[in-house]
Amino acid sequence: MSGITLQWADWLQLFMQYLSLSLLSVGGAISTAPEMHRYLVDETRWLSEQQFTASIAIAQAAPGPNILFVALMGWHVGINTGSILMGLFGVMVTMVGIMLPSTTLTYLAAQWGHRNRNLRGVRAFKQGMGPIVIALLVATGWVLTSTHNDAARDWPLWLLTAVSAVVIWRTKLHLLWMLGAGALLGWFGLV
Amino acid sequence: MESRPSPDRPQPQSLSDLYISFTLLALQGFGGVLAIVQHELVEKKRWMTREEFVEEWAVAQIMPGPNVVNLSLMIGARYFGLPGALAALAGMLTLPLVIVLLLTFGYAQFADHPGLQGALRGMGAVAAGLITAAGLRLLSTLKTNPLGLPLGIAFAAACFIAIALLRWPLLYVLPSLGVVACVLTYRKLKP
Repeated sequence: MSGITLQWADWLQLFMQYLSLSLLSVGGAISTAPEMHRYLVDETRWLSEQQFTASIAIAQAAPGPNILFVALMGWHVGINTGSILMGLFGVMVTMVGIMLPSTTLTYLAAQWGHRNRNLRGVRAFKQGMGPIVIALLVATGWVLTSTHNDAARDWPLWLLTAVSAVVIWRTKLHLLWMLGAGALLGWFGLV
Repeated sequence: MESRPSPDRPQPQSLSDLYISFTLLALQGFGGVLAIVQHELVEKKRWMTREEFVEEWAVAQIMPGPNVVNLSLMIGARYFGLPGALAALAGMLTLPLVIVLLLTFGYAQFADHPGLQGALRGMGAVAAGLITAAGLRLLSTLKTNPLGLPLGIAFAAACFIAIALLRWPLLYVLPSLGVVACVLTYRKLKP
């Protein structure tokens, strides 16, 4: 897809869109991906379906935080208007938009919490949330695994997940060894 | 920052140490960076204890925005205030951003390669194991939690069942379980 035109007002609108999505992204920005799809693909048609899907797929396959899928969406919008330079501009617009409100808020909240760390309420919040946020990690692992839900076909994947969980939990092995082993097993079609 | 952690503990030496550390963490994060952050900063570098990690993670999780980015900037801020937050944030994002942009150029040619798809599957399965291991490891902090071990386990189990097995939305589970846990913790803490 190419040959779309964005006026400055459109860029500003895109920026505002991501500013507001930032504040809604409790639990991670990926939870707002359906809204991004509605806006960028269905409503404005600045992105093609394939570009939207590729943005998420590449960011998840690449090292680094998955939030970079937002940068790739901005990149593709800019590229669609015709130049790599605008692609970089698009990255800036979407990334600053999605990061600025949430990071500012988190920074202020964390500083306030640190200054008042001896308050009973602050201690109660940080320690009371402990069991819940720890369980969330284990639940995330479970949810990721159960997207592969055909026992006859997927049992090697489940086994690999279970083995890596136990190995990393109980030993001091470097994480990259496990990731590398997973990549090799997958490359040769063993999982 | 008015109170840095005591000097006999390992800690980042400078802003560039922070930037480089977080860049290296991000580059190891295939399929999620959080497990890497927990493993490297708590178990290897020992910049923070497991208990401190859980407390920071509770805040990072409840605020809007990508959790691991929130966590990074909070850790940076602990040591060097706002410059530290920005250094950690930049470390988490800059080099991975360059990498995903480079990957978009090759994506179309390689997206369908069976070996590559298999490798991503395998790494995804390991990543699910790593995040599970991080959660299992942090369960040990429940022993010192003011809620006490039985209640802590009860809250962790309830959260796991709601999110992983019943698939209830995080947006309902987190506040409802969270409020009860925090109120109970508040009552157990001495005024």
